[in-house]
Amino acid sequence: MAGLMAGFGHYTHAVVRGVPASLAAEALRMTDAEVDLSKAQREHEAYVEVLRTKLGLEVVELPADESLPDCVFVEDAAVVCGDTALITRPGAESRRRETELMKGALKDLNLNLVEMTDENATLDGGDVLFTGREFFVGLSKRTNQRGAEILADAFKDYAVSTVPVLEGLHLKSFCSMGGPGLIVIGSSEPAQKTLKIMQQMSDHRYDKLTVPDDLAANCIYMNLPNKGHVLLHCTPEQYPESAKVFDKLKDHMLIPVCNKEKVKVDGALTCCSVLINKKANI
Amino acid sequence: MTTEVGSETEVKEKAEESAAQPDQSEKAEEETEEIANAEGEEKEKEKEKEKDGKEGKGISRYLPTWLKKQKSLSQTSPTKEVPATEEAVNKVTQDEEGPTPEVNGHAEEVEEKEAEKSEQVTEKEAESHSNASADTEPAKEEKVEESPKKSPEEAKETTEGEGAEEQKKEQEGEAEGVEEGEGEGQASIFQSPLRLVRKTKMKLVVCQVSLLDGTDFTCEVEKRAKGQYLFFKVCEHLNLLEKDYFGLTYTDSHEQKCWLDPTKEIKRQIRSNNWQFAFNVKFYPPDPSLLTEDITRYLLCLQLREDVASGRLPCSFVTHALLGSYTLQAEFGDYEPDQPRPLDYVSQRTFAPNQNKEMEEKILELHKSHRGMTPAQADTQFLENAKKLSMYGVDLHHAKDSEGVDIMLGVCANGLLVYKDRLRINRFAWPKILKISYKRNNFYIKIRPGETEQFESTVGFKLQNHRSAKRLWKVCVENHSFFRLNAPEPPPKARFLTLGSKFRYSGRTQAQTRVASSLIDRPAPNFERTSSKRISRSLDGAPMISITEAGRDTAENGRELHSDSKTPTLKLKEVDLSPGDAEATPTQSPGDSELAPSQDHDKTQDEVLKHQASISQLKRSFMEAPPPSPPQPNQWEKRLTSSPATTIRVQQQQVTTEVEIEETVVVQEVSKAPKPGLVTVTISSPPEEHTREQEVKVGEEVEVAVEAKAVKQESVSSESESEEEAEYHPNVSVSFSNTQIPEEKEEEEEVEQEKKEEEKTSEQDTSAPDAPALPVEVSQPVETTIREGEEDTGAEKKNAEEEQGGVTEESTDDPMLTPEEAPNGLTLPEESVTMTAEAEEEPKMNGEASLVEAEPRPQVICCSEPPVVKTEMVTISDTFAAQKTEIATKEVPIVHTETKTITYEAAQLDGNGDGEPGVLMTAQTITSESLCTTTTTHITKTLKGGLSETRIEKRIVITGDCDIDHDEALAQAIKEAKEQHPDMSVTRVVVHKETELAEEED
Repeated sequence: MAGLMAGFGHYTHAVVRGVPASLAAEALRMTDAEVDLSKAQREHEAYVEVLRTKLGLEVVELPADESLPDCVFVEDAAVVCGDTALITRPGAESRRRETELMKGALKDLNLNLVEMTDENATLDGGDVLFTGREFFVGLSKRTNQRGAEILADAFKDYAVSTVPVLEGLHLKSFCSMGGPGLIVIGSSEPAQKTLKIMQQMSDHRYDKLTVPDDLAANCIYMNLPNKGHVLLHCTPEQYPESAKVFDKLKDHMLIPVCNKEKVKVDGALTCCSVLINKKANI
Repeated sequence: MTTEVGSETEVKEKAEESAAQPDQSEKAEEETEEIANAEGEEKEKEKEKEKDGKEGKGISRYLPTWLKKQKSLSQTSPTKEVPATEEAVNKVTQDEEGPTPEVNGHAEEVEEKEAEKSEQVTEKEAESHSNASADTEPAKEEKVEESPKKSPEEAKETTEGEGAEEQKKEQEGEAEGVEEGEGEGQASIFQSPLRLVRKTKMKLVVCQVSLLDGTDFTCEVEKRAKGQYLFFKVCEHLNLLEKDYFGLTYTDSHEQKCWLDPTKEIKRQIRSNNWQFAFNVKFYPPDPSLLTEDITRYLLCLQLREDVASGRLPCSFVTHALLGSYTLQAEFGDYEPDQPRPLDYVSQRTFAPNQNKEMEEKILELHKSHRGMTPAQADTQFLENAKKLSMYGVDLHHAKDSEGVDIMLGVCANGLLVYKDRLRINRFAWPKILKISYKRNNFYIKIRPGETEQFESTVGFKLQNHRSAKRLWKVCVENHSFFRLNAPEPPPKARFLTLGSKFRYSGRTQAQTRVASSLIDRPAPNFERTSSKRISRSLDGAPMISITEAGRDTAENGRELHSDSKTPTLKLKEVDLSPGDAEATPTQSPGDSELAPSQDHDKTQDEVLKHQASISQLKRSFMEAPPPSPPQPNQWEKRLTSSPATTIRVQQQQVTTEVEIEETVVVQEVSKAPKPGLVTVTISSPPEEHTREQEVKVGEEVEVAVEAKAVKQESVSSESESEEEAEYHPNVSVSFSNTQIPEEKEEEEEVEQEKKEEEKTSEQDTSAPDAPALPVEVSQPVETTIREGEEDTGAEKKNAEEEQGGVTEESTDDPMLTPEEAPNGLTLPEESVTMTAEAEEEPKMNGEASLVEAEPRPQVICCSEPPVVKTEMVTISDTFAAQKTEIATKEVPIVHTETKTITYEAAQLDGNGDGEPGVLMTAQTITSESLCTTTTTHITKTLKGGLSETRIEKRIVITGDCDIDHDEALAQAIKEAKEQHPDMSVTRVVVHKETELAEEED
């Protein structure tokens, strides 16, 4: 029988969204990079294919919306933990409407929806790191204290600690979970600083895996039946040094996934899907 | 109630003993009293002498408290005296809290007695007379008549009671075997509360204790009974052995829930005539599955159910449903498909603050899935889920940060948490905290410095008022002691002259209570799980409530037994509690039996349950914290300044591509046995990457220097400290970390004493390890601190270079020793310290180390031979007392050295750090008060196959007196090392401990 906080990394469903043509020109980005739209689309297709075919998840694919150039990055629109889904209020004004389709999709999956209606609150899912035992919410350009409070209200079982995001777009722009109790972290000074804060704030102990490239620290961990530990991570072409670090994880099924184009518009691996565990629902 | 007689007798004996040893000045008063009393009761003695000779104590156990006193007095018969004296010798030291409260008792007695104010002798005589003529006496005799039936058991227990106190813990187990023995066993662990109530004026008060199942427990206690007396009565009633996790609360005049201090008189704590208490969980065990008995888990469940239902322990919809379903399973067993309207019995109960149909359906659905689960299993599952909740066991206190922003401070097993609204914004683990103090309405914690910082920082919070600050401080002290220490800190009296009251945790620590629980050897007690109907919402507003309130009102005022009054039973039934009523013993009172949990299932008791429900609602509303203040998002930026971002010290000297970097911590401990001790913690290099040496030295000499100043300061500080304040050094489990709370009603004498105490305290302060500057301590003149620092550095250099050589010299004068104590007090402690150091150090070290090194990676731990340790002989001065030397040299090596290497081998490349010369990166010396910390850091970088490896060897030498808790020091050193270099792993820990016998001045 399922208990509280059982089965970290167990997922059955994934919600993804298509890449709109407007992404190339209009998607928000921190650097002036030119995006090859078709490459980005192919990249995303491959990503979805891994989830669907290789990992056997049930993938819910939402159609792209040309008026929402960032809509492929579904992670920011919702935070799902257990059978509760928090529909966020993204920090970027232009992205607020991304939640509409997401809300419908999650509702169809019978999740308990909590909506962030407070107009003072902003929260991007990319700032939310769930470790299996607690939440860390990065206070960034996109996420504020009020947003974190609402998240804490939505997931009452868990401690929710706030940490400053000193650099980068989101908290998960330089860290993510690489396994139960394993935090993958970039080696930049701000990343390390943030990690220290997380360690200090936590009652739990975490191992860490430091990778040379901050962006490479964003990976997707799953624990799937018949597959065990699965890690989707950066390719050696993109981040050779960091890929070597991932190679040392002997217990994981390692799946390099290319993210070269999407990263130009600050899209990391976790950004492109919302993972859900329907079986865990008790 | 039955249990205290044994120890009471001991009190008597001690008193008598003190007659024989006049130098025990504290006892003098008691003694005279005793004699007077004894004389006054000659008649009684004669009456009961036969019985008393053999079974007197046993019999008296069955008497209500007011009778027991007389009984015990009568035990001062000559036959008892000889063994008594012997015992007393051993027990004198244990009789820590006795004198002070007794003094208090006198004071009150004087108040209560109209005429006999002036001289104690007269007072006592009067008392004894009043005893003889007291209306309770007939009752007593009745009791006596009844009791012989049970004499065989009693006799057995009596012997136990008379047995040495030291053995009482063991007796706990044995006592179980004897029928009715549990209570005895439990209570005997502690010193008898009755000892404080020796005065024979038999003012009894009815106490009402709300139990966790919603029932009330009513009992009488003497007006001046201590908290633990009542607590034991309750535990006995509950048949609870693992009681250290629990406590009694009362509501103070400011509607605040406070913990009843077991060592203090109840009357002086509640400060009102409201003798109402609640039995609650005080320390939430982090892992309830480690509890021994189901009944303990059951009680914890009851507490948590209330916590959850009231919203104090927030949880999600699903968790509410899951916990609710386990509750149903535990209380009703398997789901009954035949149940006509199953939702009804679910909706009659409160599982969540905002319960709805959906949740109830979910609860039912989950309940079905628990089929076959026993109540105990269901409770276990309940706890397994509840313990994971983030607010489990967190005691929240409202506060403001230095910017005036509303926050909550949460005290828990791991440390102190800071919340802003629901968000955790900071956390201070106990090992991070050097000192906890409060002054007026300010609450301070001093934080251990990080690698890049030389001095610790102090974080201050503002509480609503000084009471809140004090309450928070006490909770911190207790939680730290309970969860972090192996044993409660030794009472201040062991070393200092103690006057006035000092607060410290008085119970057993978690470690101790676990050991004690493991000895529990009784068949699982039968108990009935009561329905959680008691907290039914649907009963709110029921007509019963008005009646309830009325009943409650009457009950609010503690009543004296002599005035035939109504007991606070639910139905307002009149119960005659007059002394003549043989049924009036607390456990047998009709009112009480009505409340017996076993009847709760009875449908006809619905009203009772309703009543209970409303009471528990009331209770809850008292205990519930006010709602958190509205969010202030704009304050966040400000908050950041004091948030971990700034608090955390980053010391990133290594760039590593390794998955894990190794860090070796060699901890060397050197301690001097008698008073001064030297603890050297060395963190040395791993075979691979970082080599870091840290030496922490704690020098006695510092203490000496400081001490003189402390005395000077004292006058100043005592004046400025009119407000209550106190300090606590959480990391030092030594006597000097005790703090005092000035008595509130101070007579002139007490003020005097307090001054002395403060003097002592300042000593204590200064002797705290790692506490160079005292920014917070308003009472400490800055100059002094600086001077201290200077001197320390001087002394400390010595240490750094000569290791312990210098220390030995310094230790000659022991400032802490008062002349009287020196002759007797020293020898024994010395011996024991040395011995324990030898005997216990090793196992503890291992335990600690592995605890601290909770790195989940698989590691091989092996103990190897002495590694990188400088061993230095310590000169033993000639002035060393002859006898001590003898003892020491015979029993113990003069210089005791222990070296421990714990090697963690992780899956890394084999490094060879030996070849590398190593770069001395930092050699840092932190000196504070009496402790001297030298940190030497060697960092070696090597290139291996393109990988840069850094190896840090840290050597920490802590020099200090024996009061240093070596385990703590080691744990901290490792912890610090980990915190400073979280991306590295500890590969080796070497503990080198030297225990020397230092010269001692006679």
